[in-house]
Amino acid sequence: MNALRRNVLKSAGMASVVAMAATAGLLKSGSALAAWNASAFDAKSVPDALKGMGAATPAESKDISIKAPDIAENGAVVPVEVTSSIAGTTGIAIFAEKNATPLIADFKMSNGAEGYVSTRIKMGQTAMVRAVVTAGGKTYTAAKEVKVTIGGCGG
Amino acid sequence: MAEPMKMRASMSGDVADVKVLMNHPMETGLRKDAKTGQLIPAHFINEVTATLNGKTVLAAQWGGGISKNPYLGFKVKGAKAGDKVAVSWKDNKGESNTAEAAIG
Repeated sequence: MNALRRNVLKSAGMASVVAMAATAGLLKSGSALAAWNASAFDAKSVPDALKGMGAATPAESKDISIKAPDIAENGAVVPVEVTSSIAGTTGIAIFAEKNATPLIADFKMSNGAEGYVSTRIKMGQTAMVRAVVTAGGKTYTAAKEVKVTIGGCGG
Repeated sequence: MAEPMKMRASMSGDVADVKVLMNHPMETGLRKDAKTGQLIPAHFINEVTATLNGKTVLAAQWGGGISKNPYLGFKVKGAKAGDKVAVSWKDNKGESNTAEAAIG
């Protein structure tokens, strides 16, 4: 582990507040992004992000399974697979709770798509990976802890 | 960023299993250039749409938290071999890309 990288990560973290403001301004200028939910993606906590998505407080559910490594060596690439066995699943959102901006992705299923998504996410540090599932107008949630040994400085 | 996407769609039972690999830097806007100390501007895919025979099956919004060169896997029930799956993305700079494949 070299010292330069440590410093870069540290300073990038501190600069995040400034960058966030810049990002918000940047996103507003793009008219093609009208549908992009900036308030949810720029939110700095899971409850704020949920509010931005217009989702109510979700109920814990055992019918959602999150497949992710217990220990991720590289936080820049953490494979995450979410499967919802709740009937009528129409949405899956993925959060990394301790990222600068916890909302990673918001998927909406229709026309026969199953309650399943698989992707790779960035994680700044050890945190809970949370999935929020929408089914029949209700929201459900489950989480799994992923230990990160090298942060991906994701946000 | 017009590099092609890699895409594979296969049937398992009556469910189509689609896997897509996109080429994209996915910059969050929070990272600094190690040499200049300047922030690298945000540049990430924020909209992804997948269709089966022209009908939307998956519509996603992404933040910068998706890893570089994103991978996406999803499943669609009721598809059959030969059906056309298309995946397209748009990023925060307005760039876009589309790939299409037949389920094999």
